Amino acid sequence: MRFRQPSIIPGFGLTFSFTIFYLSLIVIIPIVGLFIKTFELEWSDFKRIVTGARFLAALKLSFGASLLAALFNVVVGVVIAWVLVRYRFFARRLLDAIIDLPFALPTAVAGIALTSLYVPEGWFGKLLTPLGVTVAYTPLGIWIALVFIGLPFVVRAVQPVLEDLSVDVEEAAATLGASRRTTIARVVLPAMLPAILTGFSMAFARAVGEYGSVIFIAGNIPRKTEILPLLIVFRLEEREYAAAAAIAAVMLTVSFVILLAINLIQAWSNRRFGNV
Amino acid sequence: MSDATFDVSHADAGSARSAVTEPFYVRALLIGLVVILLGLFLVVPLAAVFAQALALGLGAALATFADPDALAAIGLTLLVAAIAVPCNLVFGIAAAWAIAKFRFPGRAFLVTLIDLPFSVSPVVAGLVYVLLLGPFTPIGAWLLQDYGIRVIFAVPGVVLATVFVTFPFIARELIPLMQDQGTGDEEAALSLGASGWQTFRHVTLPNVKWALLYGVLLCNARAMGEFGAVAVISGKLRGETVTMPLQIELYYQEFRALAQVSAFSLAAVLASLALVTLAIKTWLEWRYSDQLAATRAGH
Repeated sequence: MRFRQPSIIPGFGLTFSFTIFYLSLIVIIPIVGLFIKTFELEWSDFKRIVTGARFLAALKLSFGASLLAALFNVVVGVVIAWVLVRYRFFARRLLDAIIDLPFALPTAVAGIALTSLYVPEGWFGKLLTPLGVTVAYTPLGIWIALVFIGLPFVVRAVQPVLEDLSVDVEEAAATLGASRRTTIARVVLPAMLPAILTGFSMAFARAVGEYGSVIFIAGNIPRKTEILPLLIVFRLEEREYAAAAAIAAVMLTVSFVILLAINLIQAWSNRRFGNV
Repeated sequence: MSDATFDVSHADAGSARSAVTEPFYVRALLIGLVVILLGLFLVVPLAAVFAQALALGLGAALATFADPDALAAIGLTLLVAAIAVPCNLVFGIAAAWAIAKFRFPGRAFLVTLIDLPFSVSPVVAGLVYVLLLGPFTPIGAWLLQDYGIRVIFAVPGVVLATVFVTFPFIARELIPLMQDQGTGDEEAALSLGASGWQTFRHVTLPNVKWALLYGVLLCNARAMGEFGAVAVISGKLRGETVTMPLQIELYYQEFRALAQVSAFSLAAVLASLALVTLAIKTWLEWRYSDQLAATRAGH
């Protein structure tokens, strides 16, 4: 048995070994190093770090705000994808292009822009303060930033599926007597489900790790508006390298689980719906 | 954009109600909702950057670019992108060639590993290098004492962190496209006597050039805008290891009105870069959609 199937195309040895070399150097070795650093900690120290009140507060905030932002993005993202794919209206292409702004705009720029809008004297802050709503330097502000950076994921995951979905099946459902609501709930949404789950996981994973757009609007009040990545930065500044590594190891493990979930969703979707 | 959708909506335009679209008021409501949402969440923050930059007039905004710190930051950002993007370009081409043109076990796993940096927090990306190459580590101490090379809290670290966060951009554009294109063209060229390099240069490269440009564009945008990973590793030495996004933070934290203007002026430069990136990206998708990879959900 050969490792690869025979081919007349040259260059496998060179490109494959370079790929593995570069991947190991830049990604694999540094990440393995982080886990090794974590294992330098005594079990009792590790336990103390991951059960500390400040860590638990940040953990709850990071995952809670990310979950709420990703859920909001699912609802909004499906509606946006539907409108962009199914309806024809003025400036549709412009809106379609603008969706990717959070991918293209540097996170620090997004962070200071959102903060300037939502501080009490900002454009939105001026309107919200009389209503008793404070956004800047509260968990609500963190949620706003996470909605901003996660907005494109669900839209971009669902859009191609909707484009491929033939209108014929909806016509068939209607001919068979289904109401429009039933057609959407029983025909369209199930077809979109794998894409929605993929988009949700990506938005969630991105939100948990997000730093630049959040720290400006969060205000970083200990135990109230501190996110996990910020705790890592603090531990680093205190030269508590092992503690920083421990928090990062927890976050990385969660990222791996999400990545695995995305792959399983895609494998499941390929089996169920065919590779579209 | 499937033409079928388009035809159906038009064919039924005359009839009172179509079975496969919503009533007019629902459509109008949804379109209005989307326009308002995108306006409030995306367009207004973008406009705020430019408005804040011009808050004290154009002169104050332009004065930012006379500050040596700002100029040094712009220079470093350009330098970092000029190193990181070509590194990941070479890697992207090599990885796509190995994965798309050959069949071997574990290809899917390799693609997952290449995508890994997308799911790692930028702060963790910076941290892994600090833990591996910091001056307190064996490798870091060896590099510093024997060769005088400082990696962490220095420019090489900033480059490394940027390479990490932009690692998958080009590879993930090329791999699906080259897999779709198969190996037929290359086999034909080789059987006609072309060398491996000639085949790549004259057959493969023209087939993927727009996808390549697309990947480089996205890679560059992220390289110039990266904040978290670089913030951890740079040590923020003004004029030395501070990139544009970090300089924005430093200005922003000064709380003087003029420093605020400087922060938003630098931010406006990066926002303009983002707009140019979006414009070219949209043009590529519109003009060469058939020559770009079919799957591009999420970046």
